[in-house]
Amino acid sequence: MSFTSTSNYIVADDLGLAVNAAVTLEKPLLLKGEPGTGKTRLAEELAASLGVPLIRWQIKSTTKAQQGLYEYDAVSRLRDSQLGSDKVHDIANYIKPGKLWQAFSATTRPVLLIDEIDKADIEFPNDLLHELDQMEFHVYETGEQIRAQQRPIVIITSNNEKELPDAFLRRCFFHYIKFPDADTLAKIVQVHFPDIRQQLLSTALEVFFDLRQVPNLKKKPSTSELIDWLKLLLAEQIQPADLQQNTGLMPLFGALLKNEQDVQLVEKLAFMARRQR
Amino acid sequence: MLIEFFYCLRKHGLSTSITELLDLLAALERGVIFANVDDFYTLARLVLVKDESLYDKFDQAFAEYFTGVEQVDLAASIPPEWLEQALQRQLSDEDKAKLQALGGLDELLKTFRERLAEQQKHHAGGNKWIGTGGTSPFGAYGYNPEGIRVGQDRSNARRAVKVWDQREFKDLDGGQQLTQRHLQLALRKLRKFARSGAATELDLNNTIRATSQKGGLLDLQWQAERHNAIKVLILFDVGGSMDDYIYECEQLFSAARSEFKHLEFYYFHNCVYEHVWQHNSRRFTEKTPTKELINKYGRDYKLIFVGDATMGPYEIAYPGGSVEHWNEEPGSVWMQRLLGQYQHAVWLNPQPQQHWHYYASIDMMNELMGHRMFPLTLDGLTTAMSRLLQKG
Repeated sequence: MSFTSTSNYIVADDLGLAVNAAVTLEKPLLLKGEPGTGKTRLAEELAASLGVPLIRWQIKSTTKAQQGLYEYDAVSRLRDSQLGSDKVHDIANYIKPGKLWQAFSATTRPVLLIDEIDKADIEFPNDLLHELDQMEFHVYETGEQIRAQQRPIVIITSNNEKELPDAFLRRCFFHYIKFPDADTLAKIVQVHFPDIRQQLLSTALEVFFDLRQVPNLKKKPSTSELIDWLKLLLAEQIQPADLQQNTGLMPLFGALLKNEQDVQLVEKLAFMARRQR
Repeated sequence: MLIEFFYCLRKHGLSTSITELLDLLAALERGVIFANVDDFYTLARLVLVKDESLYDKFDQAFAEYFTGVEQVDLAASIPPEWLEQALQRQLSDEDKAKLQALGGLDELLKTFRERLAEQQKHHAGGNKWIGTGGTSPFGAYGYNPEGIRVGQDRSNARRAVKVWDQREFKDLDGGQQLTQRHLQLALRKLRKFARSGAATELDLNNTIRATSQKGGLLDLQWQAERHNAIKVLILFDVGGSMDDYIYECEQLFSAARSEFKHLEFYYFHNCVYEHVWQHNSRRFTEKTPTKELINKYGRDYKLIFVGDATMGPYEIAYPGGSVEHWNEEPGSVWMQRLLGQYQHAVWLNPQPQQHWHYYASIDMMNELMGHRMFPLTLDGLTTAMSRLLQKG
């Protein structure tokens, strides 16, 4: 099998190779990159192109590794015992399988997305070492051993908020998604807006890349922001000429600039550019 | 297979493990790629490098391996006379005269090696040191030269380059392992735990109390987990005399990043004035006003200066004293502003403490810091860290 660009998702060559290598060698693939470069989308598109289910585990700061395996709901068992329910005699009634368990027991080889692993506690990746390596774990309460039917394709994304432990990294393949160059970006836009006027697109891309060059932006706009912005430009029927005139901020800047310091900075620069002329 | 490549990577400071090498071999065996250097590059990077900040090192190592392999073998099998002849061809007439004066090739190579060991800084111009644009017979590629390029026969396939890549003066790094661990241990002292964030931990005592109050009906109580709550702001002196220490210090503090909740780096030159900066390469275009720094990072940050404080006293005391620009207000005013905001502050000085009294500027700075200047040694660091937990 090989993973290539689809009709609604563009894959760079090196990324395609990374995915294929990870799938072939059954290793987890760790993806990093600026926010909005399509890390999460990749897992969705991969699952869609293989025609297999996507199991998505969204990590938060409170997520524990154990929750991915299973949870033993002791509290409801205790409550049931106080209420005299019959369920209470079988502990398996209170074991709730987590995402990893679901992925291991799936009948077809699923794609497991562990999204934003850097959000979790610093020990979180270490707690998953064995489970991701051997693809099995033990349920202490029932004495069961859960083993993967077939090793799921594991995609892990990180936004670099925390450094991941070495032992964990050694078990993964790592790919850093570069920000796409102008050609690739034009291709991506074509996929999303097939009927966009060529002139508007090239002007918009120009403005966009100029904006990314501005130093000191708190959050550089990325692909997903560009796509939102283009959507708005089309909806508002902005003409390419309106984009070119340098009267302060670009139209509908709210889609590109996400905090007020950045807006002020760009405004100031535009003002200075105008004064120089 | 690829064993040499593996060692080449490790030599360049990538901590690649055997497991990863085996993964790469497995990938090759499974035919993920086929006979394409570009694909091999991507695949090797995918399997062996786990951090984008190490990509550059990987590139260097990769380039070295794929351009260096056959050359090294060739060089070993080439007779010395041939080398000498080739070297002659590379040198200018002036150099040839000098070569004679120095007593032939053997002498020259020996001198070269000695100077390489002796010389520690990048050098341009001049007539003794190895560097660019000079009249010395050595180099042209700076203090880390690819070496005296010998050979360069007409055909590119038959190349012999003598690679002087051992970089003997890099031996400084030998001590780094030790200090890195020490620093981490010392910095660990800074950790202070506080309960913050979502309440996810069972508070046993309160649960028991609340449950008994409800007559035995379970009433769970939760509390927030303990997290490291220390925030650190580090200001590094760069340029001039500090350059030898900077990279090392930076590495050390980043290694300890996980010990802190927030860790921010900024740079200054000699003394803090109205601007600091975050990227050394863009120091003149992307400055951060020191005022902004004070506004941005709250009073609960702990401030650490790292610098040798070795400069002219006027650089601290007088307006316009800066060696780089015209400063309206003296450095001491800015130091006082910073220290007024951050009551927990220390200065770490890589200069040996016994030399401190030779420099007036160190005394002045120490005075400004309220005698919170410590040498950058294990002991100094330990004291500095415990001092950092006390106010003023």
